[in-house]
Amino acid sequence: MTPEQILARRAWRQMALRDEEYHRLVEMLGRHPNWTELGMFAVLWSEHCAYKHSRLHLGQLPTEAEWVLVGPGENAGVLDVGEEMAVAFRIESHNHPIAVEPYQGAATGVGGIIRDVLAMGARPIALLDSLRFGPPEEPRCRYTFAGVVSGIAGYGNCVGVPTVGGELYFEEPYRHNPLCNVMCIGILPRSRLRRARAAGIGNSVILVGSRTGRDGIHGATFASEELDERSEERRPAVQVGDPFTEKLLIEACLELVERELVVGIQDMGAAGITSSCAETAARAGTGMRIDLDRVPLREEGMTPYEIMLSESQERMLIIAPRGKEEAVLEVCRRWGLEGAVIGEVTGDGHLKVFWRGELVADVPVKALAAGAPVYDAPASPPSDLEQRWRVPSLPEPTDCGEVLKLLLRSPSLAHKSWVWEQYDHMVQVNTVVLPGADAAVLRLKGTRKGIAASCDGNGRYTYLDPYRGAVLAVAEACRNVSCVGARPLGITNCLNFGNPEKPDVMWSFREVVRGMADACRALGVPVTGGNVSFYNESPAGPVYPTPVVGAVGLLERIEERVPSVFPGPGYRIALLGSTRAWLQGSEYLKVMYQLVAGRPPEVDLRLERAVQQVCRAAARRGLLASAHDCAEGGLAVTLAESCFSPEPVGASVKLPPELGNAAGLFGEGPSRVVVSFAPQAESRLRALCVEHGVGLLLLGWTVAEARLQIRCEDRVLVDEDVGGLMAEWQNALPSLMG
Amino acid sequence: MKFGVVVFPGSNCDADCYWVIERVLRQPVRYLWHGDGEIPDVDCVILPGGFSYGDYLRAGAIARFSPIMRAVAQFAANGGLVLGICNGFQILLEAGLLPGAMRPNDSLRFRCCPTWLKVERYDTPFTCAVPRGRTLRIPIAHFEGNYYADPQQLRQLQRERQVVFRYATRDGRVVPEANPNGSLDNIAGIVNRAGNVLGMMPHPERCAEAVLGGEDGRYVFESLIAYWQQKAGDGPR
Repeated sequence: MTPEQILARRAWRQMALRDEEYHRLVEMLGRHPNWTELGMFAVLWSEHCAYKHSRLHLGQLPTEAEWVLVGPGENAGVLDVGEEMAVAFRIESHNHPIAVEPYQGAATGVGGIIRDVLAMGARPIALLDSLRFGPPEEPRCRYTFAGVVSGIAGYGNCVGVPTVGGELYFEEPYRHNPLCNVMCIGILPRSRLRRARAAGIGNSVILVGSRTGRDGIHGATFASEELDERSEERRPAVQVGDPFTEKLLIEACLELVERELVVGIQDMGAAGITSSCAETAARAGTGMRIDLDRVPLREEGMTPYEIMLSESQERMLIIAPRGKEEAVLEVCRRWGLEGAVIGEVTGDGHLKVFWRGELVADVPVKALAAGAPVYDAPASPPSDLEQRWRVPSLPEPTDCGEVLKLLLRSPSLAHKSWVWEQYDHMVQVNTVVLPGADAAVLRLKGTRKGIAASCDGNGRYTYLDPYRGAVLAVAEACRNVSCVGARPLGITNCLNFGNPEKPDVMWSFREVVRGMADACRALGVPVTGGNVSFYNESPAGPVYPTPVVGAVGLLERIEERVPSVFPGPGYRIALLGSTRAWLQGSEYLKVMYQLVAGRPPEVDLRLERAVQQVCRAAARRGLLASAHDCAEGGLAVTLAESCFSPEPVGASVKLPPELGNAAGLFGEGPSRVVVSFAPQAESRLRALCVEHGVGLLLLGWTVAEARLQIRCEDRVLVDEDVGGLMAEWQNALPSLMG
Repeated sequence: MKFGVVVFPGSNCDADCYWVIERVLRQPVRYLWHGDGEIPDVDCVILPGGFSYGDYLRAGAIARFSPIMRAVAQFAANGGLVLGICNGFQILLEAGLLPGAMRPNDSLRFRCCPTWLKVERYDTPFTCAVPRGRTLRIPIAHFEGNYYADPQQLRQLQRERQVVFRYATRDGRVVPEANPNGSLDNIAGIVNRAGNVLGMMPHPERCAEAVLGGEDGRYVFESLIAYWQQKAGDGPR
């Protein structure tokens, strides 16, 4: 198509560019673009790549701390963990792809985030995944769920990166828009930190890894539209993963970094060659000249447009020092990978693309990588917001033991081993705390330290109150990390929303960012990067506004980690922190009354911070036998889960009168942790609590007989066999999935 | 005792085996490259877990053609000790160094979980240091671990006492409930007739340190070292 035809047919519209965006690029270019150039702009200026609707607001998030080595804007955030070691981490969504092709959509999501971490020069050591699906009673939702889990397993297991944690919810609004957010953590010696920068005029641009094919063209554009009945036709926009090649790519790239053959390195994800060339050059303030005839192709007859926009997986762009090309290619060959010098770094600030001797695209990299418009889209709260906060008056449950079983069976609360047994969670021999605990814990080989990680976000809370929901998500992720004894060092966020052009979606987004910023500031945790995923919307409506927070924490000594289950009989049980709980937005309301209603609680961030400090200080002093975040399902569920150790332990608990009701047993609230400790530790723990102004409510004892007994005054509220409760909890997902 | 850990493209437990041998057992260890046709001076070759060549066809089906595997076969024929773990076991089966074959797990799902192993023989180089009667807790992580042998092979395995590990309950009962993948006779690990080549699906390198929740895997490596030291003590090498 010629520029004239593009203009006549307004061809940019089919690439999801607005008319004014087209005019903007014409102005920046000083002429009308040709077809290839238009495609390049369309992808890099897509919402997925350019953050047009989010950029303005994301600036509120705190991003700095003295231990932050790399903040947002690179492929992954990097934190200093001492002893010359650093941790790189990031989370990313792959939502639209799993809606149409669950297995490959999830698999390539894993591959992409691993390469982001690899691009920092880090060895990927762990994955976590945060998943949301529609009701599991629906065959289609089960199909998507099973496909996504096996896609994550198929890719992660083969590539040799353990999947150590995550979270899983089933809610109606995710029926047509399931969410798949994958987080990757990597480690590196500080000296090997690399940036995605095409520095040094004359340096070589080398493409390493898979050949370039026609797969995934306009994947980023697809990710920037709503899903509809025609989305199935988008299956070709979903890429196909090859974890074997990814494994070779990891080893080859790390060897290149180790041998000082890398000036800059960048993943080729969305928008493939176009984005990796434009972004690396833009960051370095340079230009690039590339020759498409040198790109190894998977099929014949590919046009420059297709080569530039291909999202073929398992490719990395390496900027290598001039004269070292052969050394780079030799490493690639040794690992059985293809490598090709496709161009060089220039000083003119332009990305010039040659094909068959002709200049087929010539665009300023700044315009491509940073020229997209920034929108301040109108925002207004949903008209029914206050209606959502109304909770009808409800009777107290008559049989709390039955309610507890129902909650333990609820797929969102049930044991997730059906999922994580499909993941290799032990490869690399670092996994100290296995999946299922408050946070995963990995040792840092060669040091006494450990890394803790957790993913959290409750879409129901955010739907009911986006600001409070976001604060709750940050607080919970950091609390989970603190529960195992680790100090939260940073978070990565994945913000999943509907169409940002709708004022209520935009309002939720702004509220979420504001909440996240406030919570991060109060807890002293920087945000080092992440991902925004808009347009998670189908004709049935948008997903719940779903911020997922991935927190990474540091344990100075791995032996100070705290388990999440009671270790045995004879320990005191207490509720550390707040004793307040609310039924608003709770799992109880959903399970018992199919109600998603009520305004979730406000977090007292000063108290939250203090509770987390006590957890960590108590862990450091060896005072805690167990600590488990008291979250969804409330105190009763938390107590039950604490009894579910490999050797079931019983608990005998007496609640104060104000907690002897549905809200006390099943209500949810922040800043609360169920802890156990040896009786002789009590006075020191209490002193610590007093010092930080945190409550410690003694609840009872762990006992040898495996029964969970919860009493209040003279009433027995719960008296259940732990084995029976555990069976309900463990069998729920397997019996759903067959 | 000198160890060699083979690196195939797609091996992903190579570094784990290397770590355990070097840092936990404090023995000399080196990597052996799949493309090399010779085994250097080592006393034991380990074929580690992973997905050699992606295992897109059938686990181990491509790796058996690697130049190093001809050398491993020769090394084994000369009495060298060979330990195949998970994918390494699959490769040993494909290469014909051990009898039988692997099918996908009966659940048709990948499974990563702890298993308990009953040790059927203590007179092998791989088990001689295991305390008698101890059931070993060692995790598995595989999709194709459902061991199969035809009736004739199975008779031979029994006759020659080639089954070394069986999936069992914690107290050592070999029962169907303890079988994680559908393996014939709960078989988790076997040796060749000469007893110098062992294949096992569970990963001993994943439980050789207390910090990882268990140390039973150490017995396999310590057995090798004890056997080798005894042999070295018996006469000149």
